Amino acid sequence: MSAPDLSGLRGQPLPQRPAFQRFLSSTGVSVAIYFAVMGLIIYGSFTGAQNMGYNWQWHRVPQFLYSFTDDGFQLGEIFHGLLATIQLSATAFALAVALGLLVALLRLSGLVMGTAVSIGFLELIRNIPLLVLLYLFYYVLGPIFGFDRYWASILTLAVFHSALISEIFRAGINAVDKGQWEAAKSIGMTTGQTYRYIILPQSVRFMLPPMTGEAVHLIKSSAIVSVIAVAELTTIGRNIISDTFMSFEIWFTVAAVYMVVTLILSVGVSYLERRYAVDQ
Amino acid sequence: MTGVSDPIIEVTNLDKFYGDFHALKDVNLTVHQGEKMVICGPSGSGKSTLIRCFNGLEWHNSGQLVIDGVEVHEQSKDMRRLRQEVGMVFQQFNLFPHLTVLENLMIGPMKVRRQGRAQAEATARKYLDRVHIPEQADKYPAQLSGGQQQRVAIARSLCMETRIMLFDEPTSALDPEMINEVLDVMVELAQSGMTMVVVTHEMGFARKVADTMVFMEAGEIVEVSPPDRFFTNPSSERCRLFLDQILEH
Repeated sequence: MSAPDLSGLRGQPLPQRPAFQRFLSSTGVSVAIYFAVMGLIIYGSFTGAQNMGYNWQWHRVPQFLYSFTDDGFQLGEIFHGLLATIQLSATAFALAVALGLLVALLRLSGLVMGTAVSIGFLELIRNIPLLVLLYLFYYVLGPIFGFDRYWASILTLAVFHSALISEIFRAGINAVDKGQWEAAKSIGMTTGQTYRYIILPQSVRFMLPPMTGEAVHLIKSSAIVSVIAVAELTTIGRNIISDTFMSFEIWFTVAAVYMVVTLILSVGVSYLERRYAVDQ
Repeated sequence: MTGVSDPIIEVTNLDKFYGDFHALKDVNLTVHQGEKMVICGPSGSGKSTLIRCFNGLEWHNSGQLVIDGVEVHEQSKDMRRLRQEVGMVFQQFNLFPHLTVLENLMIGPMKVRRQGRAQAEATARKYLDRVHIPEQADKYPAQLSGGQQQRVAIARSLCMETRIMLFDEPTSALDPEMINEVLDVMVELAQSGMTMVVVTHEMGFARKVADTMVFMEAGEIVEVSPPDRFFTNPSSERCRLFLDQILEH
């Protein structure tokens, strides 16, 4: 970046930052610093692993992702785990959205008991650790109501995330202008019709970004159900490691798979959001 | 007003409080079928509150309000039916921004009156013609000017085939050059025989269409008189002062 030509200007030039600060914050220098630091960290871990005598076997990882057999292309164990994670998360998310909407509407209903029940629910869920909630569902509520570990996991995730999702709904609904309620009322709509045709379609715009965040959060917290041995991505990863002892490679791979999935989700939704914004 | 006709809105000893604030004080008023009433007064005088009571956006605390033979109060079972008879045009338009102009006009008839799509669309196009913007049917509200948006809002109320139209300062949020296009539509509506209650400071419009002028101050009705007497010889001093202020220029 070259300095602009100031020769034609009549005013005094304004004071600049000291030369050393300008040097440090120039693009080239900051990129160089970044690579130096990252290089050190990678070198450190690599030599550390070397000193432990860790035997890297990356060439054995692909078979857990995919393989070619006589029947053609086959998805590997990790992909089956991923599909299980997605199925688990999608079911839990759908339930969480339904429950969250219910709690938000209760909170906004103006009924004393409705508000009390929803605030009680929020505080209860917010103040119990996710792991404890999972144990409650699996060891206590599961036997009482007769659901298995799979449904215990889904219900735990749904209930845990419905608390935050209900707050997202509440904020999104409140963000819609009060005049919209009045206009809908003045043409004779019921409260239900007003929510369905007027308020909720407009709140989607406000809710989409935090909802995506919550979906990403749910996919990541679904890893916790591996403690009750539900067969999903993290559990499968652990099983592979106990067979092969490749803990470094497999945990790196599992982390990368989670990251790819949540990144695709975020990018997809922000694309949707831009499409939505044009319509308004 | 042409001849004597039946009262359609009857307000008797109406009082309204916001907490300790006495917003409407012992209001008595009668609007007849086909009458055009213009309500004016300084801000905070209770004009908007009064007409918002007429379609249940606000509830009065005591007194009686009868519209089209139905007594209006918070427990009334007939409010939804009544709101379909009483249209409201707001200062801020309050169009539904996620729906096109045509959808804005069709959603009431389809969802509230349970009309079919074809019938609702025919009605919507008819009233878009009447407010002179048939070519804007497929646009979104945000793509229209303020004056066009307010005309869509008027058409939206008309699509419900209302018998009474309430206007709450319909031109106050508009740029000056757009006020007339909205007032023109309102004048045409007045000529069609609609019962109208209009809160406005547009005195030119009031002179042209009003059968009755009402002046409110501090929650009270100070003056009710026909426009010729209202503008030339109002009986109350407060009303005269107010008119002097807004008619000065």
